[in-house]
Amino acid sequence: MNAGIRALGRIAPQLATLAAILILVAAVFPGFFDISLANGRLYGSPIDILNRGAPVALLAIGMTLVIATRGIDLSVGAVMAISGAVAASAIAQGLGLAATLALALGAGLLCGIWNGILVAVLGIQPIVATLILMVAGRGIAQLITEGAILTFSHPGLLFIGGGTIAGLPMPVFIWIITGLLVGLIVRRTALGLLIESIGVNLRASRLAGINTKILLVAVYMASGLCAAMAGVIAAADIRGADANNAGLWLELDAILAVVIGGTSLLGGRFSILASLIGAMIIQSVNTGILLSGFPPEFNLLIKATIILIILVLQSPRMVAAFRAGRRVRKTAEAKEESAFS
Amino acid sequence: MNARLLPLLATVAIFLAAYAICYAQFPAMLSTRVIGNLLTDNAFLGIVAVGMTFVILSGGIDLSVGAVIAFSGVFIAVVLRETNLPPPLVFLLLLAITTSFGAFMGAVIHYLEMPPFIVTLAGMFLARGAAYLLTLDSVPITHPVFSQIQDLYYLMPGGGRLTLIGGLMLAVVLGGMLLAHRTRFGTNVYALGGGVQAARLMGVPVGRTTIAIYALSGMLAGLSGIVFAIYTSAGYPLATVGVELDAIAAVVIGGTLLTGGSGYIFGTFIGVMIMGLIQTYIIFDGTLSSWWTKIVIGILLFSFIVLQKGLVWISSRERVRPAGAK
Amino acid sequence: MLESQPLLCARAVTKVFPGTVALDGVDFTLRAGEVHALLGENGAGKSTLIKCLSGALRRDDGDILLEGKAIDPRSTLEAQDLGIGCVYQEVNLLPNLTVAENLFLGHQPTRFGMVRTRVMNEKARACLAQYDLDIDVTRNLDSYSVAIRQVIAIARAVSLSGKVLILDEPTASLDAHEVAMLFKVVRSLRDRGLGIVFISHFLDQVFEISDSLTILRNGQLVGSERAANIDRVQLVNMMLGRELQQETRSTGRTDVRTGSPAIRFRSFGRARRVAPFDLDIREGEVIGMAGLLGSGRTETAELLFGIAPHDSGSAEDGEGRLRLDSPRAAIAHGFGFCPEDRKSDGIIGDLSVRENIILALQARLGWMRALPAREQAAMVKDFIRKLDIRTSDMEKPVGQLSGGNQQKVILARWLATNPRFLILDEPTRGIDVGAHAEIIRLIEDLCEKGMSLLVISSEFDELVTYSHRVIVVRDRRHVAELTGAEITTESMVASIAATGSQGDAA
Repeated sequence: MNAGIRALGRIAPQLATLAAILILVAAVFPGFFDISLANGRLYGSPIDILNRGAPVALLAIGMTLVIATRGIDLSVGAVMAISGAVAASAIAQGLGLAATLALALGAGLLCGIWNGILVAVLGIQPIVATLILMVAGRGIAQLITEGAILTFSHPGLLFIGGGTIAGLPMPVFIWIITGLLVGLIVRRTALGLLIESIGVNLRASRLAGINTKILLVAVYMASGLCAAMAGVIAAADIRGADANNAGLWLELDAILAVVIGGTSLLGGRFSILASLIGAMIIQSVNTGILLSGFPPEFNLLIKATIILIILVLQSPRMVAAFRAGRRVRKTAEAKEESAFS
Repeated sequence: MNARLLPLLATVAIFLAAYAICYAQFPAMLSTRVIGNLLTDNAFLGIVAVGMTFVILSGGIDLSVGAVIAFSGVFIAVVLRETNLPPPLVFLLLLAITTSFGAFMGAVIHYLEMPPFIVTLAGMFLARGAAYLLTLDSVPITHPVFSQIQDLYYLMPGGGRLTLIGGLMLAVVLGGMLLAHRTRFGTNVYALGGGVQAARLMGVPVGRTTIAIYALSGMLAGLSGIVFAIYTSAGYPLATVGVELDAIAAVVIGGTLLTGGSGYIFGTFIGVMIMGLIQTYIIFDGTLSSWWTKIVIGILLFSFIVLQKGLVWISSRERVRPAGAK
Repeated sequence: MLESQPLLCARAVTKVFPGTVALDGVDFTLRAGEVHALLGENGAGKSTLIKCLSGALRRDDGDILLEGKAIDPRSTLEAQDLGIGCVYQEVNLLPNLTVAENLFLGHQPTRFGMVRTRVMNEKARACLAQYDLDIDVTRNLDSYSVAIRQVIAIARAVSLSGKVLILDEPTASLDAHEVAMLFKVVRSLRDRGLGIVFISHFLDQVFEISDSLTILRNGQLVGSERAANIDRVQLVNMMLGRELQQETRSTGRTDVRTGSPAIRFRSFGRARRVAPFDLDIREGEVIGMAGLLGSGRTETAELLFGIAPHDSGSAEDGEGRLRLDSPRAAIAHGFGFCPEDRKSDGIIGDLSVRENIILALQARLGWMRALPAREQAAMVKDFIRKLDIRTSDMEKPVGQLSGGNQQKVILARWLATNPRFLILDEPTRGIDVGAHAEIIRLIEDLCEKGMSLLVISSEFDELVTYSHRVIVVRDRRHVAELTGAEITTESMVASIAATGSQGDAA
């Protein structure tokens, strides 16, 4: 179908980048693609990438929606810490798994509402508005855990971080299903169109009758919810809530995943699928550097270089120069054609 | 009174009120000893926050400074360990590196028209990565010059010590105030924050100023790295994670508008002092935990952002009102 | 009188933008010691001309002579050094700097690299004293009114250039007192021998201050006259491109709608935007709105659609009061609005033709009830055919279409919501002749089907063709209402050109 081809064309650069990185890693580390089954669970580097990449992938889903409205959410790392702390302390107080999860996700939603109100109602720049929670959030998380690392051993909660279904780790299921669900919701309803419309031209969107305020609050809520899920996974993974380090700097990885996924920081067209591939690119770089025997100290430098190259290629100046080059070529061709006719 | 002084006055008032509360509870806090420690402990933050103030005044942001401080410490420690270069030369070399690094980021921001947030984020990864490349461990600095510097202080009446690095921070604040408020460069920085388009039309050299601003921030981050190395006698690539956030918070609490164009270097200094005071109070109290620092800073951030939003709103209302209707 | 050498002289200046010729061989002559008004509607080429003169744009052809010497300024700074200063409509100063800093930015007096603030403030006070302005120069610019900022901008331009001063709509947001103050400044500068180019849409002000007039239309020179030799009616006709000789006798439509009004506005207004007015709208009626730029015509549209909500009066239909405090509320009552500034207020440039067309309908349906893809395609195809929207593909980004087609896309967006009252602000501006005729035919079709329309236009011939009634706006108030045989271009021009009630604003 036409739309299918177009969608594929949209994510082609990200897929190519991911493939290139995977092939590169496989070349240096031959056993990279080996997957084995042991004790009903799949093991192998590709599975590891899918599993380790879960938090950033989840954050990237919400971040994509926020960035599509021309916003940014710096607080997601801190929200992860808050929801992890809420989950740990709720389970420690003997609440059931359902109530615990509801509380943790509710905390994320609440953070999203706070950010959304600052942006949509008070009209504060998103980067400034979400900075507040980014700074204060970890303090709030520590308030909940009372400064300690709250450990827990509730099998249900641990299953979220380390359990397997049909051989695949639970976090992989969570991010893939969340991605599918959000993708379906925004594309099957009109939500995606309205979000893109706000991101391209807020004023014209308002004049066309879109309820811009409610929609803005909603995307920050979505981002808070995704961060809360990531926070619960991260906590379950280490069997405890670490208010200091949970989700530390992951907001930056999530933003990068979205930008690598080709969604412009200036808002507008977005693709959740492309952002998820972006998240996997980042995780592949991390895992790949580790596997290929490079000393880990190269990790950040290589990551920074790759990201810089991608970003510079996407920068307005470069895109403009590229377009201008193409136009010159086109007009030159047109001139030649007219000269011959 | 000029409305733009209001946030600065609010900052000073909060600082004085906070200090009064501290004094009421712990009279020992009003001593030159405590003040001396406040200056020494926050010297590196104060220096880097001055650079951040220039960046934010111009409407930008610099996320790389924490990583640059860590890189500086590691660079000094490793170079002193591996070579026989005299420390002053190492310092100069380091400042040259961090200044060019800042200038490079400024050039990318200006010429590629990329958002400062993204460019300096990549810069943060680069600087941190470079630090890892030098070492993964904490490298102690044993050079005798360092212990000499640490022992340099001016004994204030009351037994407080104004250390060299504390004094250096005060000097940087004073120098920053002169640069921001008494030079053409300073006015150009404010002009960029007021509106790049208008500034260009009025003849401000936008590219040169942008590059100089980030170069200045890089240089002060390097200087802050030197101070931090002296303070801790070590270089550690994982040090000063998140200092850029503390610096930004200090700038905003100091009354500078995060969108640029309005604020004072002196306000930033007070902002740093407020943050230091909160920590000192928590230490004096003994029962409170350190996370309260973050929460209080978050509340202060929120109050200042809302205060400034309100001021902008009020001044735009006043402008609409006809001035001729007397 | 002995004609001295002109101060600034432009000969056959031409500037081409992709798709349009913004200036087509325009001549312009400015003498020392005169105020020379530059007139024309939107898109006439005024701003392009002053941008070429002030170095903001480079001309493609023609000569510019300053005091007889050919010049070719490549930037505003270069033009400033040559002696040509420009004060733009939205004052291009920095509100966050002090008055003195704004006056001397880049030229501050320094000693050992330090700005001598006290000396600078002293000089600033002295400079402003020449303009009878005694204000605290150490305060931020944004603590002063727009009028004072205008004077400061003028003072900066004059002190840096000093020969030619270009004022681009300096009075757009000033009240009568402030205009008087500004004009005093302008006259004193004229008496000092500066040549002043003055752009304004307020004809009263043009006649009050100007010595000469130059009129542009569609990038071409219409005429240049001494102000004393021309009257208001001639001037309006020149601006609108009509010669007195070829007056058409046509009058408005005579099939006057008589039913009871479908929507009634009573003393509807907003302070400093539009004076309160009454307006009745009948089913199937086309109401034209005539007025020059800045007269309050767009402001009226924004008021009716809830963009700048009314603060006096009320609106009601047969069923009761209408709440019109936001575009959403207006749309809920069946209103639609095609804005004048398509780029910033209308199109969502990166989105496709299809998405732009369904946007308003979708927004009304809510996000949950997405229009099925097949229905969307059918509807969009239908509009593309009916309105003859030229696009290769309904998935093409609307930003890549021509102006006329963008206009039709926005029209389609509102027609999809099936509104009962549609407001069109300059629907035919900047679009080619073919699309122009189609849009007029469409307006007539829509009203046949019972839709009520309010059409704002500066093409008066066009208003005559389709309007049942015409409201004339001037100085932000509705000054006349013409019906049936009264609707002629002459009567509209006369109402606009009339002096009169304008005095009570002062």
